[in-house]
Amino acid sequence: MRIVLHISRQRNGGAKPKLVRYEVPNVNHEMSFLEMLDVLNEDLIAKGEEPVAFDHDCREGICGMCGCMVNGLAHGPRPGTTLCQLHMRTFKDGDQLYLEPWRSAAFPVVKDLVVDRSALDRLIAAGGFISVATGEAPDGNAIPVPKEAAERSMDAAACIGCGACVAQCPNASASLFMGAKLAHLGLLPQGAPERDARVEAMVAQARAEGFGSCTNIGECEAVCPKEIKLDVIALMNRDFLHAQILGRGAVSENAG
Amino acid sequence: MSSIAIRPIHRAVGFYEAPIGKKAVMAVTGLVLFGYVVAHLLGNLQIYSSDPTQINKYAAFLHNPANAIALLMARTFLLVCVGLHITASVQLWLQNRAARPIGYFKKDDVPASYAARTMIWSGPIVGAFVTFHVLHLTVGSVLPLHEVEGGAFLSPDVHYNVITGFQNPLVAGFYILAISLLCTHLYHGIWSMFQSVGVSHPRYTPLLKKFAALCAIVIALGNISIPVACLAGWLKV
Repeated sequence: MRIVLHISRQRNGGAKPKLVRYEVPNVNHEMSFLEMLDVLNEDLIAKGEEPVAFDHDCREGICGMCGCMVNGLAHGPRPGTTLCQLHMRTFKDGDQLYLEPWRSAAFPVVKDLVVDRSALDRLIAAGGFISVATGEAPDGNAIPVPKEAAERSMDAAACIGCGACVAQCPNASASLFMGAKLAHLGLLPQGAPERDARVEAMVAQARAEGFGSCTNIGECEAVCPKEIKLDVIALMNRDFLHAQILGRGAVSENAG
Repeated sequence: MSSIAIRPIHRAVGFYEAPIGKKAVMAVTGLVLFGYVVAHLLGNLQIYSSDPTQINKYAAFLHNPANAIALLMARTFLLVCVGLHITASVQLWLQNRAARPIGYFKKDDVPASYAARTMIWSGPIVGAFVTFHVLHLTVGSVLPLHEVEGGAFLSPDVHYNVITGFQNPLVAGFYILAISLLCTHLYHGIWSMFQSVGVSHPRYTPLLKKFAALCAIVIALGNISIPVACLAGWLKV
């Protein structure tokens, strides 16, 4: 099959993005999306042109490294799938595909389709951890965890931090990412002591990074490759209001 | 850590500073305004009473000088809610626009998010309509208002003012447009306010969305029926 690509290209973060048209003939329908880009790049290198820069690592949908917008949808049209697990059989012969990097003030473009997602790391550093004394592994089941909490926490922990939620959100908000981390840690007894401080620190950091805020549209959950649901954002909102109204969080302590 | 007490005002400012705090303010004020829309519709529907003076009696009750303080308080409270709702939404909108300085060449929207994505546009149009509506039927600067004797005092002849107002197709058309947008706004707003204050449930949230849609449709039909009835001549002075 033949695929026509319109790729947003820029030499670096400061350059103006420009759509460049490429044709990839002889695409095998069993290729992954990234393999199709590899074929394009081999061709560009052979012609002495600059290959298209894109991020990738595990290529099995678990690392969160790959991803770009395909026809205006983060990770392309298939729900619950990262770009590397999207296969060309999803498309038809002659399809025109627009590829663009994640666009957000908090994600500076490095080159072409590669963005710097360090802002997500700084959100984790602000509160996405638990402080426990390390040492011997505790006995199994020594800390009882309610079944429902364990399930919800595990569902949230599926987040691979790819940034698709930010890219798809009309407000470039990282709320789904933050909600996932807060649900993952806060619902377990090990993460409970810092629950108030964690949400306040992460919300403040998101503002400092220039992420937008949630307007409850739900585009993030529609494109999330791990199918994290909007209820983690409700949990974040509830945790934040709880922390603020009861005033036990880190932000209010620092203000004193 | 110092031991300086955190004043409530500092906490309130810090709360409002955060986007989630602003959304909580929008949720609470939105709930108040939704309640007002429902109460206002119930008031309006009295125009269908077999007693043509029924709605005027209701108006006379609201305008009774004995209730003047309550009326003033209710109006002030509603205006404060409107002010907070608009201020928070504009601030968030500006922040959210700044969060994506370079847009996409091509962007697909998830289906069924039309109401959610257009809140910032349905809001101001409804706001402009409410201003016109108050000028028209409360202040009386669009058309001269009729008044009737309501016992010891003059009260508005709502029955006459509404029907003559809606016999003008422009007034009726603007009303129908604004109510349609208001109900699109409510469709997203009614479930969204629960999400904003952190109430979400895998079983009840889908039901809440259905309830929001039903509310929006019922409110739209109830309100739009009035100008339609006036234009069709079913309601006469």
